Amino acid sequence: MTSDTDQQRRGPHPETDAAPLPPRPGATAPDGIRPRGDDAPHGAGSGGAARRTRHGKGLRGLRRPLGIGIVTLWLSVIVLLPLAALTVAAFDEGLAGFWEAVTAPAALASLWVTVLVSAVVALINAVLGTLVAWVLVRDEFRGKRFVNAVIDLPFALPTIVASIVLLSLYGPNSPIGVELNATRWGLVVALLFVTLPFVIRSVQPVLIEADREVEEAAASLGATTWTTFRRIVLPTLAPAILSGTGLAFARAIGEYGSVVLIGGNIPRETQVASQYIQQQIEIDRPLNAAAVSVALLAIAFVTLLLLRVVSSRSQRREERDA
Amino acid sequence: MRVSRGTRLSLRVVALGYLFVLLAVPIGVILWRTFEPGLSEFIASISTPAAKSALNLSLLIVAITVPVNVVFGVATALTLVRGRFRGRGLLQAVVDLPFAVSPIVVGVSLIMLWGAGGWFGALDRAGFQVIFGIPGMVLATIFVTLPFVVREVEPVLHEIGQEQEQAASTLGANGWQTFWRITLPAIRWGLTYGVVLTVARALGEFGAVIMVSSGFPGVSQTLTLLVHSRYIDDHNTYGAYAAATLLMGIALVVLLLMTLLDRKRSDR
Amino acid sequence: MRRPSIALAAIAVTATLGLTACAGGGASDTAAGPGTAAADGAATSTINLYAYAVPKVGFDVVIPAFQKTKAGQGVQFQQSYGASGDQSRKVAAGAEADFVNFSVEPDITRLVDAGLVDPNWNANEHKGIPFGSVVTIVVRKGNPKGIKDWDDLLKPGLEVVTPNPFSSGSAKWNLLAPYAAKSNGGVDKAAGLAYVSALVKDHVKVQPKSGREATETFLQGSGDVLLSYENEALFIEKNGDPVEHVTPPTTFKIENPAAVLKGSKNLATATAFNDYLYTPEAQKLLAEAGFRPVDASVAQEYASKFPAPTKLWTIADLGGWKTVDSTLFKKDVGDIAKIYDQATQ
Repeated sequence: MTSDTDQQRRGPHPETDAAPLPPRPGATAPDGIRPRGDDAPHGAGSGGAARRTRHGKGLRGLRRPLGIGIVTLWLSVIVLLPLAALTVAAFDEGLAGFWEAVTAPAALASLWVTVLVSAVVALINAVLGTLVAWVLVRDEFRGKRFVNAVIDLPFALPTIVASIVLLSLYGPNSPIGVELNATRWGLVVALLFVTLPFVIRSVQPVLIEADREVEEAAASLGATTWTTFRRIVLPTLAPAILSGTGLAFARAIGEYGSVVLIGGNIPRETQVASQYIQQQIEIDRPLNAAAVSVALLAIAFVTLLLLRVVSSRSQRREERDA
Repeated sequence: MRVSRGTRLSLRVVALGYLFVLLAVPIGVILWRTFEPGLSEFIASISTPAAKSALNLSLLIVAITVPVNVVFGVATALTLVRGRFRGRGLLQAVVDLPFAVSPIVVGVSLIMLWGAGGWFGALDRAGFQVIFGIPGMVLATIFVTLPFVVREVEPVLHEIGQEQEQAASTLGANGWQTFWRITLPAIRWGLTYGVVLTVARALGEFGAVIMVSSGFPGVSQTLTLLVHSRYIDDHNTYGAYAAATLLMGIALVVLLLMTLLDRKRSDR
Repeated sequence: MRRPSIALAAIAVTATLGLTACAGGGASDTAAGPGTAAADGAATSTINLYAYAVPKVGFDVVIPAFQKTKAGQGVQFQQSYGASGDQSRKVAAGAEADFVNFSVEPDITRLVDAGLVDPNWNANEHKGIPFGSVVTIVVRKGNPKGIKDWDDLLKPGLEVVTPNPFSSGSAKWNLLAPYAAKSNGGVDKAAGLAYVSALVKDHVKVQPKSGREATETFLQGSGDVLLSYENEALFIEKNGDPVEHVTPPTTFKIENPAAVLKGSKNLATATAFNDYLYTPEAQKLLAEAGFRPVDASVAQEYASKFPAPTKLWTIADLGGWKTVDSTLFKKDVGDIAKIYDQATQ
């Protein structure tokens, strides 16, 4: 077991700029919004025996309720209260006011642009991400370890840096004459950059754990490569691909820093929801900003919820078939 | 699955080509544009008083965010893993929330809570500036970095179980000693990894801080805000490239640490 | 072993970064000038300056000159620039400011109403306005679309870049200029509004939030023309960007007010700075930077740099800012506000 396959086995690194984290193999993910698409077996260093976690006693005596209280207070002040204030502000003029703000043509346009571009990005990621994961797992070439490490760069890079980096190449002073700024394709490129690692890191561990015997059996029975891929490999990878794609989508819809310079912020053309929200704050319309923020959150939650439903269903199917 | 040589090669070319075009070329262009006028130009651009202040502010925010997140993150992880109480699932979901929230929405919700017209607006009227002050930027950064330490420590706590801690307590160690001598060393690599991620994210935060910062150069501009301000407000393209390169350098150091620590975790 | 030493090296690099950062720091973002170091070092008081988006080029020369005067010795300046409306709202919401310079008067009036600026702020001979400009049309080098006057902007397919009037002061001037021209100084309101309506509905596609952002957007390739301040046009031309500007024969006089916050911790210094702006010395520097001076003799000296348009409408011709703002720009109510909302919502 070389150490870089360990890294691949571990699954997607938690990224460093907004989006949900898939569970790592070996961790029993407690309930939560986290999708469970990534269910590679616990090969990564834990072994069967170490799974006997006993949570019988827990924290002792008075300390437990105090601890829970402090943690709850902490999470409330930092996370819950601001979001609650946001939601209340969004419904400041009641349900009608909220609806009006969200269905204003410019608001809807920004949500549409956001969802459309993010969906395109997610799809491209699904295909190319799987391909890259495949090459990183099944192929051998010099510098593979370096390439594998570099995949995580978009996680570590500040989004505004990504924006300016892409702008220098695809902007008005482009050295290759490709000008994508203020176009939807510019948005796509920027979002592809920041969502690059998701599908790759989601698929890698599953691909490593995949049972090659089945593939070889199929080949020996005369199946073509394509058929083997379509009927054996792809179904195994499907949950992981779906999970990574969903995460990429959820990340893309909320993205701001990487599109702010290259997008051009043209309403109805390239203005994404986050830019619309910012604009509403700037022109002193907090209700609109809050309402569209809540709408954006809702889209993210629905995505993650769907992911969870699909992944638990596929898990059940796996258990059934096993 | 036996893949023909031709297919294998073409897949490799497509994959590497994609990565090259998406990652390598843009970064190469920026590095070229930054260093082509000379290293001294670059140094001059990142050592202007405003740049130094920006770096100081970014590091200050990190210096506050990391300890806070370590303390509360470990506490949260312990509570969520060791405790059994109603609402545990809910708290778990709350920990995950920051990942699903767009940075702009983070900024807006902080304004709704701490701003002059917000729930805690009284603070602002009393003179203690949260929004448009450093506290606002710190709060925004803590919001977005909250899950990292928790999520890196939780699985480790799961894996190590409680036998050692229980053994220690039967041998007479009090809670604090148990924590310090048994739990903490066991989670140290997961914790460190979480800290590295926190640092990277804190340094890179942009969308949330731009909403809550007053944007004074030299006072309330982080490095990321400096990049943006140089490009948009000052029309100083080279300066923006230089500051971005500085941030990229830091990101590479982080990436290196991430890769190294990853091996440490798996070697355990 | 290789691994620990790499990790150690990484940590060492980070630590060095941290240590070097702790030294130095200040507001200036120009690379290593001896003047800046002195200003940072010998500070005795700090003036927080909040201004609209484009006057930085003017303050960059006026502030060092002020620091050489007796009143300005050892005074440090923290400067913030942004869309006029945004900046004004920030100060009204509590951002600590000593001196403000906005694009349009209502942004100062907001502060008067909030009790932050003395109602007599504009009692001096220049009515609180230290400099100004005119509305001009910026076009690509060579003027490929042949723009000469307001009517040319309505050519089919022509895209005009002008900021959002709800956040930007520049935007208000930009829309008032053709409005005044077409309505003959507000007399024929319908004609004026018809023009603005056609302009905004059919020719304005982007909504940058400030005058500077509009410039950026235009320079990045969006749009065919940019409406802006003359001083901003001069600034970008000086920078070498491939643009030129055309001032229509009938345009609008831009007057940018400045005031001191009465609760300022450095009231005397802020007032001294405010007064300094009206001295011939400062006026000359501002003229050099592209702003039309208000001092009569300096204006005469620079007459060739600032050509007089055939007809220059002023805000007074339209009834003053109070009237104009409430009838034309007030959210949801003003005529131009409604046009803008309809076109963009």
